[in-house]
Order: sequence, then C-alpha cells, then structure tokens
Amino acid sequence: MNDTTFSLLSILSDDFNGTYNGAFNIRENSQCAGRRSTENIKIESKTDEPGLDIYIKPGTKGETVYIPACVTHGNVDDLVYNDFHVGEGADVVIVAGCGVHTDNDEEAKHNGIHRFFLAKGSHVLYKEKHIGTGNGTGAKKIDPVTDAYLEEDSVLEMDTVQISGVDSTFRKTSAKLGARAKLIIHERIMTDGDEKASTDFSVDLNGEDSGVDLISRSVAKGSSHQEYHSRISGNCRCTGHSECDAILVGNGTVNAAPELFAGNIDASLIHEAAIGKIAGEQIIKLRTLGLTQEKAEEKIIEGFLRG
Amino acid sequence: MLELKNIRWKLDSGEEILKDVSFTVPDGKLTVITGPNGGGKTSLAKIIAGLEKPTAGEILLDGKNITDWDITERAVNGIGYAFQQPVRFKGIRVRDLLELAAGETLTEGEMCSVLGEVGLCAQEYINRDVDASLSGGESKRIEIASVLARRNSKVLVFDEPEAGIDLWSFTGLIDAFEELKQKHGEALLIISHQERILDIADNIIVIADGKIRMQGDKDEILPQLLAGEKGNKCPLGKDKKGGMQ
Repeated sequence: MNDTTFSLLSILSDDFNGTYNGAFNIRENSQCAGRRSTENIKIESKTDEPGLDIYIKPGTKGETVYIPACVTHGNVDDLVYNDFHVGEGADVVIVAGCGVHTDNDEEAKHNGIHRFFLAKGSHVLYKEKHIGTGNGTGAKKIDPVTDAYLEEDSVLEMDTVQISGVDSTFRKTSAKLGARAKLIIHERIMTDGDEKASTDFSVDLNGEDSGVDLISRSVAKGSSHQEYHSRISGNCRCTGHSECDAILVGNGTVNAAPELFAGNIDASLIHEAAIGKIAGEQIIKLRTLGLTQEKAEEKIIEGFLRG
Repeated sequence: MLELKNIRWKLDSGEEILKDVSFTVPDGKLTVITGPNGGGKTSLAKIIAGLEKPTAGEILLDGKNITDWDITERAVNGIGYAFQQPVRFKGIRVRDLLELAAGETLTEGEMCSVLGEVGLCAQEYINRDVDASLSGGESKRIEIASVLARRNSKVLVFDEPEAGIDLWSFTGLIDAFEELKQKHGEALLIISHQERILDIADNIIVIADGKIRMQGDKDEILPQLLAGEKGNKCPLGKDKKGGMQ
C-alpha cells in the first residue's frame, strides 16, 4: 500500500497498526492492497462485478472485519459492490470507511455499494468513517449506497461519520426489517466551505414489532449545504423514531425533510427535528466557566457530533 | 472581595431594574441576597458575572475595576456563577462540563468529591449527557457542581440554588456551602429565599424594587426581614376564609 493509503487508514480507524487484527480487505485505487480471511469470516472477490462477498459464519461472536477503501489521487472513479452475509446468531463488528485524497485538479471519487443480509438473531455493529484529504482543487466525492435486509430478531447498528474534507456526498440508505428486527442509525456529518452533503434514508418496517431509531446530527459551516430526507414506513405493528438535529455556523444551510408513513393502526412513529445556530445560553454557560466564545463553540460542536 | 458601587441597570424599554445599588461581598463570608420576586436579584447576579452590563456604576474585584470585562475575562479571574435555570446541551456529558469548569482532566475521585458535595454519585452521573434526560433537581445540582469544580475562584455567585432541589439533598447543599465558607475563603454570594440558607449567612442584603431596602449582619437583619412588606390583599375580599360573602 502507498503512504497516502497508510495515513488515510490511520485516520479511518484507531485499530489500524499497519495491518488489522482479524479479517480485512484494503482497497486502494480500485485494487486489493491486502486481504485476510479468518476461520469464521471469509472474504472473496466477486466474479461478475468489482467488489467482495463477505461471509460470516453462523454463531460467530466477538470478531471484527475491516473493509476500508482509499482513493489516493485524482482521476479515479472507484465503484465497488460489497455484500455482507451475516449468519444466524452471529454477533460481529464491521468497520468500513473511505478516504479520498487528491493533490491535483482531477476528481477523486468513491462509490461504495454495500448490502447487508442479516440472518435470524444476528447482531452487527457497523462503523463507517468518511474523510477527504489533500490540497488539490479536484473534487473529492463519496457516494455510498447501503441496502440492509434484516431477518427476524436481528439487530443492525450503524454508526457513520463524515467530519471534513469531502466536497460532495450523496448517501443513500435503505432497509427492510422482519419481525422484531431493530435498526439503529447514528449519523454525524460536518460540512464546511462549499461542501455539499445529501443523505436519504428509507426504512420499511415490515415485520411485527420491528423498530428503527434514526438519529442524525449535522453541522453546516461556511457556505456549505446539507439535505436530509428520511422516510420511515410503518407497515405493521412497529415503532419508528427519527431525530434530525442540525447546527448552522456562518452561512451554512440545511434542508430537512422527514417523512413518516403509517400503514397500520399499530404503527407508532415519531419524528423530531431542530435546526438553528448554537443556543446563545450554551455559549454563555461555557464562557462563565472561562472558555472564550470560539472555544465554547468548538466544544459545543464537538459534543454535539459525538452524542 | 467584590464591591458594587452605585450600580444602575435599565432595560432597552427604559424601565430601570436596578436603582443605585452598592454593597460589598467580603472574602470568607457568606452574603445572602433576598427579597421579593421581581426586585432585581437575578439581574444583579448577571451583572456580576458579566452577562449584562450596568448602565452606570462600578464593579471592583479585589480593588480592580472589572466593569468593562467580558464574561470570559471575569470567569478566568475568579468569578463563578451558577445559573438559576441550568443550561442544557446535546452531547456534553457531566464529566465534560466538570472538566471544562476545572480547566483540566479530573480523576474519578475528584469528580466523586465535587458531585458528592451536591449529593450525586459520580458513577451514576459522569457519563450522562447534560440534557433534558436529567430531572430539574439533577440538572440544578450539576449546575452547582460545575461552579464548585472551578479552580482559583475568588467570588462564587449562586442564583437560587435551592430551587428544584429536594429536601434530602438540600441538607447536603447547606453543608457544602458551610464547608466552602470555612475552607476556601472565597467571597460567597447566594440569592435565596430559603430560611436555612439565610440562617447560615454572615450578611444579608434585602433587595426590593431595584433598591437595597436593608443590609447588614444576619442577626440584625433576620428579625426584621419582612418589615416594610405589605401583604397583597384581594380587593374583593376573595382571600378571606370562606371567600366573598
């Protein structure tokens, strides 16, 4: 792997120490820069399209699989299809993430299309971080697509972060849930300058007593713009909650369009949304503890995006 | 020592809230400001902490004129202020707030000690968010703890610390104030209506209608506290037993 990949991987996960413990596949400019399967987690290349099939054996517990992707220079338009097949009763962590870097005026782009097939009773914690680096004027773009299929009693927790440097992102996430399945999504996005981020969720609650909790926290700084759209369809007895909180700094703008569809009398759906600048009283409180205005704002944003 | 000299404060509408208020808060003493609601007590606390700027008059900290200092400058130089209505955050934990207040990382033992002073168990609270999930009493106690966690404080101002705190924790709070007074030697200023807080005061200042009605030693002021207060009577006599006949 090249030096840029090395430094991007270091930013993407604290677990990276030159390699990973456990199963992994490192994708560098559309090529494989390293792979390891374990007894319980097999990683195989797809034969019909670029990408991987990741097979997690039923009952696998406590293992982590790393699937990072890096684009380290301009004029790369990377497209990858990764399918995660999670066996019955497995309980694993999947760490994905994407770094795009360009030092010239050419575009660096990554499109990751991830599909998750969670078998009965399985549990996945999916952690994903996106980052753009480099001084080039070429646009750094990441457009991830995630489709999740949750069988009964399975749980998918998605923790996604995009903090800085990505000029344009369009994130599309969809999920279909079986009986008693749970989907928990924590999304955090911060944009600055002229960056644009758009995120679109579509969740179908199809199985009795399934539930989704969708929490999006975002900060739009500079002249950046963010779009948020979520649609939760409660098609049976189920619970759905979405929460979209955004902080505006400078001339940042946010458009939030939450949508709830209740297709059953026992669907219980809630949406909460709040967009605005940092509450003045929060800044004042931290200033009475000795912080400057700037430091207070920084701490409030840091906490907001962590929470 | 904190001195307020001839402080006046007007709202933009022209209404005068504070009308020539002067007093001193000596080091190592507990001064309690009391008086009817709407008399200007919270305005005074905000003026001391720098949240509002007086229209006239001077504020001196250990003899230094701090009237033009902003909130941060006053805090850095030793003025602590506990809000009457605690501020809620999203994503800032109790641990973060206490560490920001102390200006350094705190050990679990240190957090135990500061939260213990307000009757909270650190283990249960340090990783909780300072948000609406806390009850009114819990957030009030954490607000007070954030001021107690400050280092090198010279003046500590508490605006109605008793509000929202249950009887059981209140005893602990009184002990905490007494301990502060004895051990640390800061100038303590509490705005309160609570008899037990008035009881542990060294000095009492009564503010009504934007002016000081009386001030002095607790033993001198306490017996005549309600002097000059007129009961609000219903002009129709509905407040009489049995209502209007």
